[in-house]
Amino acid sequence: MINRFISRIGRPVRVWLSELGLAFRTLFAVLVSGSGLWKRPRLITTQIHFIGNYSLVIILVSGLFVGFVLAYQGYYTLNRYGSESALGLLVALSLARELGPVITALLFAGRAGTSLTAEIGLMKAGEQLAAMEMMAVNPLQRVLAPRFIAGIIAMPILATLFTAMGVLGGYLVGVQLIGVDEGSFWSQMQGGVDLWDDIGNGIIKSIVFGIAATFIAIYQGYQAQPTPEGVSRATTRTVVLSSLMVLWLDFVLTALMFK
Amino acid sequence: MQNKSLDFWVGLFVLMGAVALLFLALRVGNMSSMSLSDSYVVSAKFDNIGGLKPRAAIKSAGVVVGRIGDITFDDNTFQAIVTMQMDKRYKFPKDSSAKILTSGLLGEQYLGIDPGGDVNMLVSGDKIKMTQSAIVLENLISQFLFSKAAEGKDQNK
Repeated sequence: MINRFISRIGRPVRVWLSELGLAFRTLFAVLVSGSGLWKRPRLITTQIHFIGNYSLVIILVSGLFVGFVLAYQGYYTLNRYGSESALGLLVALSLARELGPVITALLFAGRAGTSLTAEIGLMKAGEQLAAMEMMAVNPLQRVLAPRFIAGIIAMPILATLFTAMGVLGGYLVGVQLIGVDEGSFWSQMQGGVDLWDDIGNGIIKSIVFGIAATFIAIYQGYQAQPTPEGVSRATTRTVVLSSLMVLWLDFVLTALMFK
Repeated sequence: MQNKSLDFWVGLFVLMGAVALLFLALRVGNMSSMSLSDSYVVSAKFDNIGGLKPRAAIKSAGVVVGRIGDITFDDNTFQAIVTMQMDKRYKFPKDSSAKILTSGLLGEQYLGIDPGGDVNMLVSGDKIKMTQSAIVLENLISQFLFSKAAEGKDQNK
């Protein structure tokens, strides 16, 4: 009786561990096959276009609106303590350290992650990946690795654009609309934001998030059941897993970087 | 998608990212400070530097004229040695004095330079002889309490 109960707990754990192991083996295989891609940079640039350029609209507009909201909320609270001249500092630090990398990663997982998963999943369903293997073309190198590298390149660029648009949005609402002093907005920001400790750490975070989100997306596509339902479930798993992973990594990185 | 136009859009994307990074570095961060202009090095010894940190401002008449470089400890005289990068545009007399001041009441600490009257100017490698240490709040409080106690004793006599 007890034996059966314990083995019922043990089985999912063992299954989960072996799935985790398979994921890491695939990651290693993608990295190894990706190292041979420098002969065909066109593959990577095509993917940067699909992953990065097509995410521009959502990232830029979201950044602008997040900046607007930060300025409003920041002014509302700072005004109670007479420190509204620190609004620029508040907006810039919140964006550079946290909101830039994290919100970009969540939007990226939703926009680029799901499209990657769907694309690769449908390739698998249409037996294109199997056909490639038949022709002695490594599908990891031809399909997965370019998307992986493109995601890692595109994420920090998108996060930096988000942060810059957010600061601009904060300026537009804070200085132009509400009337905070323009000089103290920028000077307090420049005095308090450190290039390496704040902006640099934010970029490191966005690179780590890019690795996590992109790999989860292509792996879920690669492992999807080759049916329409399977692809749909894979895209859901991509969004959920990437978002949770990004938030968890954000916690770990913040604890490490900002002691 | 044509190969040429695709390259163009990807290149534009990366360029936008680089411009955003430049904007953040120059306008949002503190990179556009002293490190870009020429400077000469001067040092000074203090009994207590309080909360002075490297890269803090050195001001004279309220204008930033330099940045703090290194802060080290001399275990012969048990004093702090502060190395200062002074902007080459501004020359100070050899008998200038350095004080550690606080911006606002509880703000960051910075170094204030009061010019002296010497005809010779400070050059790279010189030392500022007259220094005034930071005001430590605990010493101030204990001084105050001690003088209050002494006053009370006098009154009771």
